[in-house]
Order: sequence, then structure tokens, then C-alpha cells
Amino acid sequence: MTQPSNDSTAIERDEMAFDVVIVGGGPSGLTAAIRLRQENPDLSVCLLEKGSEIGAHIVSGAVLEPRTLEELFPDWKERGAPLKTPVSDEKLLYLTKKSALPIPALHMLMPQMDNRGNYVISLGELCRWLGEQAEALGVEIYPGFSGADLFIEDGKVCGVITGDMGINRDGQHKPDFTPGMILRAKQTILSEGARGSLSKKAMATFDLRKNAEPQTFGLGIKEVWEIPAENHRPGFVQHSFGWPLDTHTYGGAFLYHFGENLVAYGFITALDYRNPWLSPFEEMQRTKQHPAFKPHFEGGRRIIYGARAISEGGIQSLPHPVFPGGVLTGDSAGFLNMPKIKGIHTSMKSGIIAADAVLEALKNEQPEADSYMDRLRSSWLWQELYAARNIRPSFSRWGMIGGALYSGIDSMIFRGRAPWTLHHPHADNATLLPADKAPKIDYPKADGKLTFNRPESVFLSNISHDEDQPVHLQVAKMDVWKEVNLGRFAAPESRYCPAGVYETLAQDGEEEQLVINAQNCVHCKSCDIKDPEQNINWCTPEGASGPNYPVGM
Amino acid sequence: MKVLVPVKRVVDYNIKPRVAADGSGVETQGVKMSMNPFDEIALEEALRLREKNQADEVIAVTIGPQVAQDVLRTAMAMGADRAILIRTDAEIEPRVVANLLKVIVERENPGIVSMGKQAIDDDMNATGQMLAAKLGWPQGTFASQVTVADSKVEVAREVDGGTEVLSLSLPAVITADLRLNEPRYATLPNIMKARKKPLETIEADSLGVDLTSHLKLVSVAEPPERTAGVIVETVEELVEKLKTEAKVI
Amino acid sequence: MTALVLIESEHGKIRQASRSALAAAAQFGDVDAIILGNEGIDAAAKLAGVRKILHVPALKSALAEPTAALLASLSSSYSHILSAASSMGKNILPRLAGLLDVQPISDVVKINDEATFVRPIYAGNALATVQSSDTVKVLTVRGSSFDPVAEEGGSASVEVLEAPAEDGKSSFLRLEQTESDRPELEVARVVISGGKGLKDESNFHSLLEPVADKLGAAIGASRAAVDSGFAPNEMQVGQTGKIVAPELYIAVGLSGAIQHLAGMKDSRVIVAVNLDPDAPIFKVADYGIVGDLFEVLPALEKAL
Repeated sequence: MTQPSNDSTAIERDEMAFDVVIVGGGPSGLTAAIRLRQENPDLSVCLLEKGSEIGAHIVSGAVLEPRTLEELFPDWKERGAPLKTPVSDEKLLYLTKKSALPIPALHMLMPQMDNRGNYVISLGELCRWLGEQAEALGVEIYPGFSGADLFIEDGKVCGVITGDMGINRDGQHKPDFTPGMILRAKQTILSEGARGSLSKKAMATFDLRKNAEPQTFGLGIKEVWEIPAENHRPGFVQHSFGWPLDTHTYGGAFLYHFGENLVAYGFITALDYRNPWLSPFEEMQRTKQHPAFKPHFEGGRRIIYGARAISEGGIQSLPHPVFPGGVLTGDSAGFLNMPKIKGIHTSMKSGIIAADAVLEALKNEQPEADSYMDRLRSSWLWQELYAARNIRPSFSRWGMIGGALYSGIDSMIFRGRAPWTLHHPHADNATLLPADKAPKIDYPKADGKLTFNRPESVFLSNISHDEDQPVHLQVAKMDVWKEVNLGRFAAPESRYCPAGVYETLAQDGEEEQLVINAQNCVHCKSCDIKDPEQNINWCTPEGASGPNYPVGM
Repeated sequence: MKVLVPVKRVVDYNIKPRVAADGSGVETQGVKMSMNPFDEIALEEALRLREKNQADEVIAVTIGPQVAQDVLRTAMAMGADRAILIRTDAEIEPRVVANLLKVIVERENPGIVSMGKQAIDDDMNATGQMLAAKLGWPQGTFASQVTVADSKVEVAREVDGGTEVLSLSLPAVITADLRLNEPRYATLPNIMKARKKPLETIEADSLGVDLTSHLKLVSVAEPPERTAGVIVETVEELVEKLKTEAKVI
Repeated sequence: MTALVLIESEHGKIRQASRSALAAAAQFGDVDAIILGNEGIDAAAKLAGVRKILHVPALKSALAEPTAALLASLSSSYSHILSAASSMGKNILPRLAGLLDVQPISDVVKINDEATFVRPIYAGNALATVQSSDTVKVLTVRGSSFDPVAEEGGSASVEVLEAPAEDGKSSFLRLEQTESDRPELEVARVVISGGKGLKDESNFHSLLEPVADKLGAAIGASRAAVDSGFAPNEMQVGQTGKIVAPELYIAVGLSGAIQHLAGMKDSRVIVAVNLDPDAPIFKVADYGIVGDLFEVLPALEKAL
């Protein structure tokens, strides 16, 4: 059962065969796994998760629209799904530096933002629960194992190769070296979340983006706070836009009260921002000082920190989600509904649809699950994303105020059926202005109580990362970094990375060097997305590396 | 010879422990749990003895609620032949753990009990010594090297200021220190195989051991934060203060 | 109430950690001390506040099995049996507790009353207050948490005890002293750590080592210094490196990233030397010097 692998290092690898291999234990992958076994209990389904356990790498707001969960498990309540906090009160605020203007009659003005009937959840907790359901249905879940490469034979994806373990920093095998395995599959489902490394490879190998507009991403940075019981308002939901971002930058803050005296606070910055001096982390920190947010943290303590990129492009940016031997689901493809600020129900829905298409392909012994696209087009998921399609690009086109006005009109008057479609003109790596053409931003110093610096924050991500392993953030050409990143944009990675992975250091009298603290990486993927020359490649580190977010994230 | 390896399910060592707001303990709900790292080392040593044909069976045992079987599956994925879960939902102290393990030892008759020197949650560093006492067996604690020959085991121990080498007759209890070995990864095929290895469950209250604690946990608090001290102007002033005020040099 | 303390000697003197254990024991009432082998007996008799020295010449190797058995045979006369939380105390006292079927209490840092104690758990990330219902309380105590009793001033009587026959199940073969003159990082009484501020590997050695030699200190490093190749991995102090809690920790040219602080914040006295007055290390340092380490370190070496 061993045979040489098809990668360049040509290590002898063990093999195992499954009907379906799923890469990524987020909402879409777990949903697909569950659906497969619900529909056909004889299928062998294997799910890989690079985090140390299901949920370890999950970051989300999150307000959940329970629609897809209900389709998957009509009896989710009896099964004890962790939807414990119904949304009770909701605010959308336009912020100026000192004040907050509430947007009135939200459900009329922006019906997609109406959260009545939804729940504030911890997506990490929901995924752990979905993982239990999947295991009970016979899905084999292997946390701590990354999908390091696609296993391609005769132009078809025939499974994945898991990551090697026990290689030192210089690429030499350590005594505990354990080569990755080939997991053969008739169908492979890539559900890695935004900018998945295998999804990226599949899109390039099979030219899946040829009819798609560039994907545009956002970087979400999140903290969970525990606050005094007397200040806790379970189900309170607040979103903001406006200050502190400049008018060319799409994004805003969210704040949800949920669970046992917990507050989820986060900030999403669209990665097509222009000013290289902008720091999404600092924007997130300083927004907490706004009077509309500050009181919520009073007397509390911050307990978790994390970050993750999301796909914001919507339907225009969807790649063709089918390739020989597999499909893309969830944020790997980009099913998030940005105007709604929701991606879980859509991601789960794509998991269901993908599973159905995969089941059909397996039954008919077809290499491609090509009914996926038709099934998508005839689903509510497609209608929902179609209706939302013009909102996000309107902000790129007309800025914050123009975008907000357009969005109101598009939603209220056209109800998403405007006879035109706005486009995403450029990829996120192509938007930066030269550093000397953009204003520097003077961010306040962290006070250690309400606002924090990056190292203190990353400490709360519980990162495990064996430092004696190859650096998983690969800079292809250091001279390009020096000329472009440093020379033209003043090393933007040192600001957009929410974990302080990238630092520039000048030794005495020498030129500045790039230092990569790979052990800080929270796997958000922003560097892979935003790097101007696409010179940074995010690869999977050893399995179980990265953050260990507890329930609450 | 059998080797018995007691393992404990603890909050993963990468997780920053958080004291519950009400001071009742450290939050363990919803955080990643793993096998105590010292127990992994003890297990690795047992596996190496088996690979050297000095042991023929490695048995992992844990005490705890049903979910504690996770660490037994991990132990079997690393290579333990079978596992025993002594099931209880009660919080039990190391003394009771030693009493329960004694019953299992008397049933299984291992030649060596190989266990971690301490658990990284309560940091008590006592169970191995107590078990050895109760069995009347010799003990080799804080082991950094273990050599089995002629029904004896030579144990190098990490002690203050050096390494002490003892010779123990078997059976014996050995507790593992950090430098004893580097535990192996559980590989995917071995994780799959481990699902089919035998895991026996025994109810703790069926073993005739009193499970009540002698040590009561009153409360748990965050350690006091250090506060900034003084800035001194000169090296001479610093040395003076270290000598007379702090009395550390 | 009367307490018995197992004490240890080193170079003819009683170890400071043992004298701290004696100080802790004094909170319970009269204190007797027991010492094994033939070294340090005179020093033990002079210790302040000790009523009686029990001298056991036969147990010079301090094997856990006979020592715990002897202590168990003495236990009915004592309310508390203590030792330092040293490798010897942690080897023997839990075995004693096993023989008595009591729950030992390790690493006590504070005594609230005769039955209530505070001890660190989770590598010092939390402090647990625990209450014992055992009739004999078996404790090991952290030296750095109790001011040691004076080496002089007492005049204890010395009583020689016969050791019980050894059972032959364990025997002492040899002690291999640590070869290096420098103590090991985790057990050193003084640690001096360097960071990126030292600028290169040769400075790291040439500036830190003379000071370390003067103080008998171990040398540690920040992660940044290790990453920059100034020092090997084994020297790294911090969350992902070694956790140390020496009597004196001197941090030189390192800013005090939270991961580093996690590895040394339990040190008794912290000294920081850094050019940047805002460096986080100053927030935890007892004594700080804001200045250029290239001047401070040579001056420190001279002043010591």
C-alpha cells in the first residue's frame, strides 16, 4: 500500500482510500460531511482539520441565521445545538469621531440586516457540536492533520496529501519525522475557508477563476471579553461603520452580547484599502475607545483574541466551484453574504448542495460533480447572493457615504433586482498607494486595560507552533520585498498582520531586513492576499500548529 | 513484562489558563484538553521498552469522566496495546488516584509503572511516589534515563545540581522528567488502528476505594500582578540595593 | 503542635531553601529538624528556632524508601512534616504521605492557618487555596516565599537516630555533578538573560558571561535573541522556552514581550536594563536602569 508520491520530494507515502475526503472542519465542511452520511451511510467520509481540534481555528462574529441548520437537522433544538442567545436588540451606527448616529428603521432600510429570529453564537462552539454530530453519523474526523497538497493523477484530483511532521527549520528530518499520507478519494471537498491553500492551488491548476471577477477579502479581528453580569445584555447586537476608517475603506465594528457574560467584539477591514500606513489591528483597538463601544467593556477582561480573513466579493467573484475530482464550498469559494455580514448559513448551504452533487457524481461514477452549479443556481443561496451583489462593490466605487446611500436605494427600491451589476475592479493586492503619497496614521498607544498591543493580544490566541519547523510563510524573492514592500509601501505587512508575524529590523548601519515570526501566525491568510507582488505564500505548517481558540470564538 | 502507564487528561499546555470569575477554579469548559505532557514522555519510554523487547505489553490507564477516554485513544494511537478507563465524575485528589491505581496494579501485575512526574494542571508531583509507597515498591522519580537489565532498572534522576543514578529492583514505579525522551507523533494510520484497540471501562466506585478528598479546594485566584519597582540611576546604586534591600547578592 | 522539617546541607551549611522551610514550620509551633548523613550537623545545631535535631547518619544517600519509612515511624509525634520543595523533598515527602494515606501539599507559598495553605497551580498561572483535613499535614514549601531562619543563634539538642533496615529494593549508584561551572537555567539561583539589544552573538557572550561568572548565574535569552542566532534554543526563557523562577533575574536588552514575561515573572527579584524607558520589562522589574547596556554591563561586572 505504499507508492511514491507525485510531489517533488518523492517520499514513500502510505495510502488510504475513502469515498470522500473533506479538507477543513468549518461549517461548510462539517455540513457536507453530515449531509453525505445522512444520505448514504455506506460512504466512507474522512475530514481533515489542521487545527488541534475542531473549532481550534474558527473565528467568526457571529450572528447565525438558523435557516440551513434547520434544513440539516430539523430537530437541532432537541439535539442540543448551541444556539443559546436569541438576538434581542439591534443597532446599526454611523460613527464620527465623537458621536454615533443610529440608522433608524433598519429592517425597512436594510432588510438584509434585520436580525430578528437569529442567534448570537460562538461559531467555534457550533462547529464542535457539528463535529460531534458528524462523528455520531460515522464521519472519520482527524484534527491535527493538514491537507498539504492536492493528490493529482491523470489531471484529476484523487485526494490529498497530509502534511509531513518532524522536519526541522532547515528542512532536515528530525528523529520523529513522519511523512504525510496520501488520502485517496473519489471526490475531494475543499472547505478551507477564505484563501485556502489547496483551494488556491485547485483554482490555479484548473483555471477556475477564468470567468470570475477578482475575489475581494476582509480581515476580521476579534476579541472576546468577559464582563460583569450586571452589564450584560444577552442578545444585544451592534454594528458600526464610518469612523475610524477613511472613506475609501470598507469595514466596521461588531459587538454582540452572548453566552455567560461574554461580549464578542470585532472589526472587519476590507483588504482593498489603499493607505499602506493603515493597520487593521490598530483600527480595531481604537474603535473600542469610541463612546458607543467603550461602556460595553467596563469592568471586563479580555479573554480570547483571534483573526481571520473572509471572502467579501460575493457572486461576481465566485470561481467555478467544480473541478475534476472535487468541489469548493463555503468561504473557500466565497459564498459569504457581505451586506448581511453573514456567511455561516450560506457556507453551510453550499456544503449541503455540494454534498448532494457529490452524491450524484459518486452514484453515476462521474469524475466531476457537475450538477453542483445547477443546484446552486436553483437554490435560495443563489437568489440571496444575487440580490446582495451590488452592495459591496458600490463601496469600492463610491466610498463610504456613496456606498451607504447606494445600498439603501438598491435594497429598498430595487430589492436587489437592479438591472445592472457592479464590478470588483481589482484584486486586493493591487490597491495600495505608495507610502509617500498616503497620510501616515497616528494611532494611540495601548493602555493595557481597554486597548492592547499585538504581542499581548496574540498571547490570548493560545498558539502552539513547534519553532523547529520550516517557516510556513514563504517569501519567494527577498529583493522584491526590499524594492516593493519596503521601498514603495514601507513594509505594509508589518501593519496589516494582526499577529505581529512580520517585522522590519535594521542592524547597526545595515539595511532593513524582514523578520518573520512564523510562530505568531494565527492563520488569517491576510499576507497571502494583500502582499503587493503576491510574493508571500502561506503554506500549511505542521498539523495542530496555530491558534487554539477555546469555545467563545 | 507489562508496563502500566497512568495518563491524565489536562488543559492543553498551549492554553493560557483562566481563573473563573467566581474563583471556583480554572476554566476547563470549552478549552482544548490533551494528555499531560509528562505522561506522553512516560508512555514513550514504555513503548521504547516494548520495542527493545524488554516489555511485551503497554497498558494505558486513566481516571475520569467518560470523555477522558480521548487520552486513552491518543495513548493507543501512540502505541499502547490496550487501555483502561476508571470512570468517575468525582473530582479526585492524587491520594485517591494512587489508591485506585494500586487496585489496577494488583490486578494487572506490571513490572513497571511508568508515569509523568507531575500533571501540568495541579502541579502536585506526588502520585507516583504515593503509589510506590502503597505498593511497597521502589521509586525512580524525575527520570532522565531508564535502563532495564536483569530484573533491575537503572534510573538516572534529575536532582538539584546534577544527576543521581539509582538501581531499583523490579517491580518499580518510574516518573518521567522532561528530558527522558521526545514522544512520537500519533500517525494517521495509527489513530485509525487505535479505534479498534480494546478499551475497558471500570466504574471507580466498584473498586472498594473511598473517593472522598482529604484536601478541599477553597478558592482559586489569579496571582498578584507584579508592579513596577524603582528606576535607579547608577550601577553602584543597583548593586547596593541588591545587597542591602533585596538581599539577593 | 509540633512540626518536623527534613533539612538538607550543602558544603557543610544548611541550604537556604531548608531554612525557609524551617521558617514556615515555625508558624505551627515547636520545630524539630531531621538531617540525613554526616554533613552539616554542627550547622544544623546552630540554626535559629529549632528545638531538636534528629540526626540519621545511616541514610546518607537519602533514598526515598527508607527515609519515608523512618519519617512515617516518627509521624505520630508531629502535626506537620515539611521540607523544601527541592528535588529531595519532592521525592521523599509524597512517599511519606503515601505511607500515611494523607494528601501531601506541594510548593506551599503561603500559610493561612495550620490547615489552610496557598500553592501555585497551572505553572503559577493561578494560586489555589486548599484546606487539609489530614491529622498529619505533609508539605513542601517554596524557598522564595518564606524568609529563611538565621544560620546562627540557636542551640538545638542533637539526637542520633538509627535508620530502619533497608529493604534492598533500591540502591544508590552515583551522583553525576553538572559538568559546567554555570548552573542549569531551571535551577539557578541567579539568571541573567539577554535580548536583541546585545546586537550580535559575540556581544551576547562577551558582555553577559563576565557578569554571570561573578554572580554564579545561568544565562538565558529572549526568543528574539535565539531567533537572531545569538544563543542556542536551550537558553530561551519564556512561554515556549524554559520557565524559571530564580531569586534574582537580570534582563538585559530585552523588551519583555508577554511570552518572555510568562517564563520569568515568578522570579523573586527582577532587574531590567534597557535603553527604552517604555519597555514592558520595566513594568515587572523591581529595579530598573534606563541606559546603554554596553556601558551598564561592564560597570556592573566591576561593581560586583
